[in-house]
Amino acid sequence: MLRIALLYPELLGTYGDGGNALVLAERARRRGLDVRSITISMADPLVAADIYLLGGGEDGPQRQACDLLAAGSLASRVADGAAILAVCAGLQILGVRFAVAGDDAYDGLGLVEATTVRGSRRSVGEIAVDVGGRTMVGFENHGGRTKLARGVAPLGSVQRGEGNDGVSDGFRAPRLWGTYAHGPVLALNPWLADEILAEALGEELEPLASVADVLYEERLASVMARRAG
Amino acid sequence: MALLGVNWLSRVTGRGAGTVAGGRVGLRVCPDLLEQLSRRREIICVSGTNGKTTTTALIAAGWGAKVATNATGANMPAGHVAALATTRATRVVLEVDEAWLPEVIRRCSPRVVVLLNLSRDQLDRASEVRVLADKWRGALSRTTALIVANVNDPLVVFAAETAPRVRWCDVPTTWLGDAQSCPHCTRPLSPEGSTWHCLCGFTRPASATTRLDGEGLVVDGAPVDLTLSLLGDFNRANAAMAITALGEVGVAAHEAAARMATVTSVAGRFSLRTYRGQVVRTLLAKNPAGFSALLDVIPSSPGEVWIAINARIADGRDPSWLYDVPFERLRGHRVRCFGDRKLDLATRLDYAGVEWRLDDDEVEVIDETLYLLANYTAFADIVEESTPC
Repeated sequence: MLRIALLYPELLGTYGDGGNALVLAERARRRGLDVRSITISMADPLVAADIYLLGGGEDGPQRQACDLLAAGSLASRVADGAAILAVCAGLQILGVRFAVAGDDAYDGLGLVEATTVRGSRRSVGEIAVDVGGRTMVGFENHGGRTKLARGVAPLGSVQRGEGNDGVSDGFRAPRLWGTYAHGPVLALNPWLADEILAEALGEELEPLASVADVLYEERLASVMARRAG
Repeated sequence: MALLGVNWLSRVTGRGAGTVAGGRVGLRVCPDLLEQLSRRREIICVSGTNGKTTTTALIAAGWGAKVATNATGANMPAGHVAALATTRATRVVLEVDEAWLPEVIRRCSPRVVVLLNLSRDQLDRASEVRVLADKWRGALSRTTALIVANVNDPLVVFAAETAPRVRWCDVPTTWLGDAQSCPHCTRPLSPEGSTWHCLCGFTRPASATTRLDGEGLVVDGAPVDLTLSLLGDFNRANAAMAITALGEVGVAAHEAAARMATVTSVAGRFSLRTYRGQVVRTLLAKNPAGFSALLDVIPSSPGEVWIAINARIADGRDPSWLYDVPFERLRGHRVRCFGDRKLDLATRLDYAGVEWRLDDDEVEVIDETLYLLANYTAFADIVEESTPC
């Protein structure tokens, strides 16, 4: 039984973020795995799961989600072996501190030594990131600048767009993935969905061909063509 | 004065002020042109994420007099100037872009402002929806206009609750994905039957004077016969709010309703057309709430549905919102995918367990009317490439 939990979609679901949970669950099911999809809402306890998903959100909801995750001990779930994909505001929450309205800062969960401040302008547009030799494509829309402490690995280096700081995007630690590629980034990058599933399950997965592969090739060609242009 | 000024402007700029480009030039030369053109006119403004164009058209039809109104999509001040510059009509209904509403209220001093709904739309270029609701709230607390507001949308209630004069409308509102946490304090909004409230005290106003449900439309306690040619519960909701707005300018509800019944399509929307040899009913939806409302009108019996998706600037360049649309409801149908981003749509449908095909697979014409749902620029392309039936 693989438990995939979408955390607080009413707070962290600004733009199709629930798609990542759907993609992971479907790709696991199509390989014959027994999957349980869980939606954890604000009023629910933070139940045990194998993979948690955190999405994007506005300032107020982001603080609210952070409080709920601290109270529900997401950190201890990770210590117990759970995996997390954290996108945009979710990425910021897993860090040590993040900026909120005005110049205020808010304490994050501290799972990753990352600090987010407010940038001088929003980063909006297509993003491409080299993740271990493969290009992850997506769309970013955020005002944060994230600094990783020495020794913290980014998810990858930015080929197009801004990510954390124009150089690197997100973070990567065992069973933790963070990225500014918002919304259903796993729908656009089926190989990344499979990488997360494989690490959470601790086993190699059979290839799974679908229209998502065709979409990925099309978006990759489009993003790289515009980068060259 | 204003009309003379516009005529002069038209001459010096060489363009008609009655066009959006002319309106833009006019505003540059005369920054208070919109204020001048709004004087001594009775103006109704219509804003919200979905239904603006249709509601504006329903108000124009329901007024029963010569009405000035802006062209489809030209819903910012240059478009408003264009609408007002070429007519002496004193009755005006303006569709207003959500982000421009505070400024347009300040400059046009409308009699009535209709607030249909507020939800996510084109987040790559528009404000996040709560920021927008907050700006509306600031502007509405200072206006003398009557606010006609959807009481079932918590973000609209948040925006309108401090306005001096409000008429709340209890109309069907299906997609509330952006209104599950309190706009004041972000705690969860607890639904209770048809109402909702928050621990902080924010609650659904109980005083709706317009009510539309399965039983029909009731305005100020009196039933109104509402039989539209336009399809869908969302259009009945739009009409109910249009009728309420017209009440403020002295139009009787039953007369407005009867005139609205004659509207059969709005800027190509809801019309029957032939596209690639197939008879289709064309429907426009640009965001999760709009798509969700349209999916409700598609019959549950199996059949084919055509959907076209683009992600150009006017659409928002990021189609992530496809994952907020409950496409799972189309299971049992077969969907043909069109548009620049048909692969994004096909992938979404694939993960939703819906059978799909791409438009470059062989298209066989079906001897029945199919629904064709398209987002903004995809819709414009289809209208151009099709013919009316």
